[in-house]
Amino acid sequence: MDRDGTDGLLAHVHEAARRGAALRIVGGDTKRFYGRAIDGVPLATRGHTGILRHDPAELLLTARAGTPLAEVETQLAAHGQRLPFEPPHFGTGATLGGTVAAGLAGPARAWAGPLRDYVLGARILTGDGRVLRFGGEVMKNVAGYDVARLMAGSLGVLGVLLDVSLKVLPHAAAERTLALEFDEAQALEHLARLAQGALPLSASSWIGGRLYLRFEGSTETLDAVTARVGGEPLPDCGAFWASLREQTHPFFAGEAPLWRCIVPGLVAPLSLCGAPLVEWNGMQRWYRGVADAAAFEVAAAVGGHATLFRHHTDATEVFTPLAPPLLRLHRGLKRVFDPAGILNTGRMYAGL
Amino acid sequence: MTPDPALLSDLRAALGADAVLVSAEACAPFECDALTAHRRRPDVVVLPRTVEEVRSVLRACRHHGTPIVARGAGTGLSGGALPVAGGVLLVLARLNQILEVDPRRRLARVQPGVTNLEISGAAAPHGLYYAPDPSSQVACTIGGNVAENSGGVHCLKHGLTVHNLLEIRVVTIDGELLVLGSETGEAPGLPLLALLTGSEGMLGVVVEATVRLKPLPERVELLLAAFGDVRRCADAVGRVIASGIVPAGLEMMDAPAMRAAEAFARCGYPVDAEALLLCELDGLHHDVERDLQAVEVLLRECGATALRIAVDAAERQRMWSGRKSAFPAVGRLAPDYFCMDGTIPRRNLADVLQRIGELSQAAGLPVANVFHAGDGNLHPLILFDAGEPGAVERAEHLGAGILELCVAVGGTVTGEHGVGVEKLGPMCTQFGAGELEAFHAVKRAFDPDGLLNPGKAVPTLARCADYGAMRVHGGKLPFSHLPRF
Repeated sequence: MDRDGTDGLLAHVHEAARRGAALRIVGGDTKRFYGRAIDGVPLATRGHTGILRHDPAELLLTARAGTPLAEVETQLAAHGQRLPFEPPHFGTGATLGGTVAAGLAGPARAWAGPLRDYVLGARILTGDGRVLRFGGEVMKNVAGYDVARLMAGSLGVLGVLLDVSLKVLPHAAAERTLALEFDEAQALEHLARLAQGALPLSASSWIGGRLYLRFEGSTETLDAVTARVGGEPLPDCGAFWASLREQTHPFFAGEAPLWRCIVPGLVAPLSLCGAPLVEWNGMQRWYRGVADAAAFEVAAAVGGHATLFRHHTDATEVFTPLAPPLLRLHRGLKRVFDPAGILNTGRMYAGL
Repeated sequence: MTPDPALLSDLRAALGADAVLVSAEACAPFECDALTAHRRRPDVVVLPRTVEEVRSVLRACRHHGTPIVARGAGTGLSGGALPVAGGVLLVLARLNQILEVDPRRRLARVQPGVTNLEISGAAAPHGLYYAPDPSSQVACTIGGNVAENSGGVHCLKHGLTVHNLLEIRVVTIDGELLVLGSETGEAPGLPLLALLTGSEGMLGVVVEATVRLKPLPERVELLLAAFGDVRRCADAVGRVIASGIVPAGLEMMDAPAMRAAEAFARCGYPVDAEALLLCELDGLHHDVERDLQAVEVLLRECGATALRIAVDAAERQRMWSGRKSAFPAVGRLAPDYFCMDGTIPRRNLADVLQRIGELSQAAGLPVANVFHAGDGNLHPLILFDAGEPGAVERAEHLGAGILELCVAVGGTVTGEHGVGVEKLGPMCTQFGAGELEAFHAVKRAFDPDGLLNPGKAVPTLARCADYGAMRVHGGKLPFSHLPRF
């Protein structure tokens, strides 16, 4: 489907700005759980859809924000390419705009870098009805402030994404996952040792006493890696990594609060209740059912931060609070792009 | 202009008299950066030794309403560190300590005055390096690299500065210390690390950077290919990338640039060819082997007239030496040159080079082209003689025409050198009033009184009106027949 819905979105935003009515930007509504709960009239972006450019030789894809993520990935796969940060969908109908606004990455994050590394340009609709274009469709561009990259993970609080340009990369020649038996502390130490070599470790996770390592490269490279690393090859590894990315793995089942702790990878097991699911070479650790605020403090104490990711019905804050000068700058930027405070206000922090 | 005595007294109290320079002789060396066409001797130069002293300097400037410009090594190519009238020049050279290199966490934490190459030097004993490699890497500092989002010849695969930063510490105009990003590269809130990177000293002053270190590649190979025409060479670049190979470096030179480089560096370039391609592959042994074979086949299919693979590191260095000395080599062909820095979608390369040739002819000034072909970053070098009446104006006019052409095909006026004072006019071509106003508003959110590096990076709307009047002919922007997107 190919449809330019800019005018309709613009009209809605103008009308809401005139009435001072709060809007909740909705793509596929697959990540509604993420961030603080907010009210607001839904502003649907799904009618603004279509891939505008995919030039495999330029490693570039530009699409409207309402384009289904699945459509983008299918298009790329047909040319042997991928979104390197392996974004989660969290349901059918996830859109490219929602993906960029959430700023989340999957198992490949520690290898490929965060989503914002791949944002080249964005056209946005501000809270006072201005359509602005930042960045562009080229790899190197230092003209003006990098407002396009600022949109990555901004949760829609600065503007409605209209079009996004991303750098894309070729698929791995081949992949192989090896599994080894370790407890959590041993697994973290083993990951630290592996990180010393130049191994093509494209994902890692530790769950239930097993360390899973995914490597990519030519078959010869993978054979050399297997000889060096040992462990047992995991059949059907695509489904395993997808179950972590999409949180369909049994670890994520149930309604207990889900905490995401981001900490330096070498930090020893955290003193939080329950066995975690560890990803990103130790950097991302998921916990279930931790008492509120304990995770914020524990993660901060080792130089990290925490997010109450899912099942937070009563919580007021889901993200680690910002230092006061940083919060002031966030409010200042909110006023620049959404002076009336109508776009997803409160999704990230109170009033923001 | 005589500096405000109250300000001077505050600065001396905070830093000590020896760290505050006011005499003409002491200030003269700081009158320009590497864009030497623009010069202004600073009234006051301060040389703080600590982050606390930097904070004091900024607080004093805020208190007295004095503009302040940060400067690293002064290697910038766009005048970003050009002093401003009545302002303070904040030189960060004394904050030059490598605070930490940790091979286990694969990171280095450094002060802003540490040079780019020093980081790789400190990491090398651990088999690691810092990837971004701007051509000035011997001298340029990491603080300046962050301010400009510096690139280099390995960006397509290894990223720009912004892709290799984990955390930066920034002092605001209020003297507050911000920590942006984190050791993990993830932080709560908006990605301000990315916004500050490349902001040209307009939003804050970088006082510390934690950078990612990468393992030195197991194997590196360099291919040199000659082509009988530019279009075939450009097509070959697209074919290599579309085939699923991401080279570490992919550099192209046209005949004038290649011949100048050969005359300068004697590096064995095929001077009878019309275009030259350097393709560097790095990574694990087997992966490089596979890519090397594939690239060789592809380049032959694309019509390469000669193909050479460096046999060892020494030959590889020799083959690179011509490319790396292209600017000074071309510089010998004329008394003066301007270096442009546009980026274009690669598919337009052959057309853009042809059009640059036509513009060059019309202006009566030769242009040589070197090109980071992998990421579309073009460096046309305009040759002229400033001693010739009107030549500077003609060269500037030609440069503006080239940058407008880059924008018209969907590119940008600066890929890695920054806007500074040099490209304020061409910025008006790339952005509309709405975007420019948003940039000014972003600046006000950080710096309400406009004291940090005022007048750089983002043109005023009034300036754009003047620029438009100068550049628009017959009510039409140049190249109005070309699609704009």
